Amino acid sequence: MNNLIGKNLTAGYGGVDIIKDINLEVNEGEIVVIVGPNGAGKSTAMKALLGMLSLTSGSVEYSNKEISSMLPQNRINLGLAFVPQTNNVFTGMTVEENLEMGGFLREDDIIHTINDVYDLFPILKKKRNQSAGELSGGQRQQVAFGRALMTQPKILMLDEPTAGVSPIVMDELFSRIIEVRKTGVGILMVEQNAKQALGIADRGYVLVNGKNSREGSGEELLNNPEVRKSFLGG
Amino acid sequence: MIDFLNSIIVLLNFIIIPGISYGSQLALGALGVTFVYAILRFANFAHGEIMSFGAMITILFTWFFQSQNIGLGILPTALLALPIGIIATIILCIISDKFVFQYYRYQKSVPVVLAMVSIGVMFVINAIIRIIIGTETIKFSDGQKFIMKAKKFKVMTGLNEGLALKSSQVITIFITILLLTFTFWFLQKTKTGKSMRAFSDNEDLALLSGINPDRVVFTTWIIVGVLACVAGTLYGLDKSYKPIIYLNLVLPIFASAIVGGIGSPFGAVVGGYVIAFSEIMVTYAYKKFFVYLLPSSIEPTGLVQLLSTDYKFAVSFSILVIVLLIRPSGIFKGKVL
Repeated sequence: MNNLIGKNLTAGYGGVDIIKDINLEVNEGEIVVIVGPNGAGKSTAMKALLGMLSLTSGSVEYSNKEISSMLPQNRINLGLAFVPQTNNVFTGMTVEENLEMGGFLREDDIIHTINDVYDLFPILKKKRNQSAGELSGGQRQQVAFGRALMTQPKILMLDEPTAGVSPIVMDELFSRIIEVRKTGVGILMVEQNAKQALGIADRGYVLVNGKNSREGSGEELLNNPEVRKSFLGG
Repeated sequence: MIDFLNSIIVLLNFIIIPGISYGSQLALGALGVTFVYAILRFANFAHGEIMSFGAMITILFTWFFQSQNIGLGILPTALLALPIGIIATIILCIISDKFVFQYYRYQKSVPVVLAMVSIGVMFVINAIIRIIIGTETIKFSDGQKFIMKAKKFKVMTGLNEGLALKSSQVITIFITILLLTFTFWFLQKTKTGKSMRAFSDNEDLALLSGINPDRVVFTTWIIVGVLACVAGTLYGLDKSYKPIIYLNLVLPIFASAIVGGIGSPFGAVVGGYVIAFSEIMVTYAYKKFFVYLLPSSIEPTGLVQLLSTDYKFAVSFSILVIVLLIRPSGIFKGKVL
């Protein structure tokens, strides 16, 4: 089974450590959500896992292999995928071209995967020849999601996939995320909409001030009075 | 009616045909600048000298072929030497990248630093060219010079005005169409071309998709080499080759790229023609044209020339300023391939 583990991660920007000694783990076929207040280092933790910033200390392992010093591009090759929160589509290219670029590294025929993505997000099929920059926020997120799926990842990391979309679109995106999990993909996501995200999560981590504060199943965290009080609005 | 035809021929002969061929040369040059800007994200002031270098190599091999009595009959021998010039230009581009630009790219230098660096590269290439081929004006077109001579046209049609069509103009237009078609097909339809557009669109996301930046940059220099060498050679073939001219050409080329919307290849091509036609139309003396069209009572006495041809470059500069003031993003919104 493929899994991605961050052990004792300490990292940050320009010499200032934002996350301190964090442990994270995501396995194939489960949804793991990172929640926490603003500035807790949620996105930073995810970027550290992908290698987009260098670690001060700690290590990242993928399927029992140490990958701490690997370039992000090479981690993509291993089966990791990442959807950034912003600028996550090629705005000047059509929807279909965005998906093609997602499958850039693949040698085999990507048309089946493109069709799978279209089955998952039927609206994209309709808009396949429209440039991604002209789409609505929710549709863009679907393109970004689809582009990441094109590599047929084992572990998919989503940085606030529902940022800036309406509640209806958010529900729809969450139900798609559940569908993707069914295909055996492990999903790690950072979410502002903590309540809904924990609702679909198998496990969750609460980060506060760059440190692990709590972890448990989605339900546990949802029902924990302290967590409710701090981030879920009572 | 005859007067009307005569006036049309005057326009064709002195404005439209020269405009299209000069515009084509600018378009190819501006397209090269655009590629560097969209992928490597800096203004490459060395582009004029790269064009000059390509033309120089082509000239050297044209001389070699001529001395061996190898030719293309009615076509200029330069066309035979052009592929060698292209290869040499590509090598020049890749060497200058490996030894100069790459360092600054890896340092993540800001675009203005790279632009200044390119000025340095420009001086070095310029010096190399002067050492190798000197500073003299060189005419290297051979084969049949004219497809249609002015005199012959007059005899054929019985009109007062002649229409001359140089073979270098036809070759320019033909090669430009061929090269532009290929370039746009490459960008739109091939996987490598699309990866270049993706890289230009969103570099971080391109990396996340596994697109190799070094490969993209390498391919870019190959395309830039081809475009620059062809543009330089065609310009030299049409006018004449003189190293200093290419330094001056940088202005209209940048004007073309910016007017069209810097970073947009289609914009660069349109910009090339806009600049070329403005330069020619503003500096052309319309006296003859009006003499044919207007009754003799109100015929103009002066040259009816807005600006002397010496101000050619001032025209492209003015257009550049006007566009930057009114529509800074260019005719077609630029930035990405």
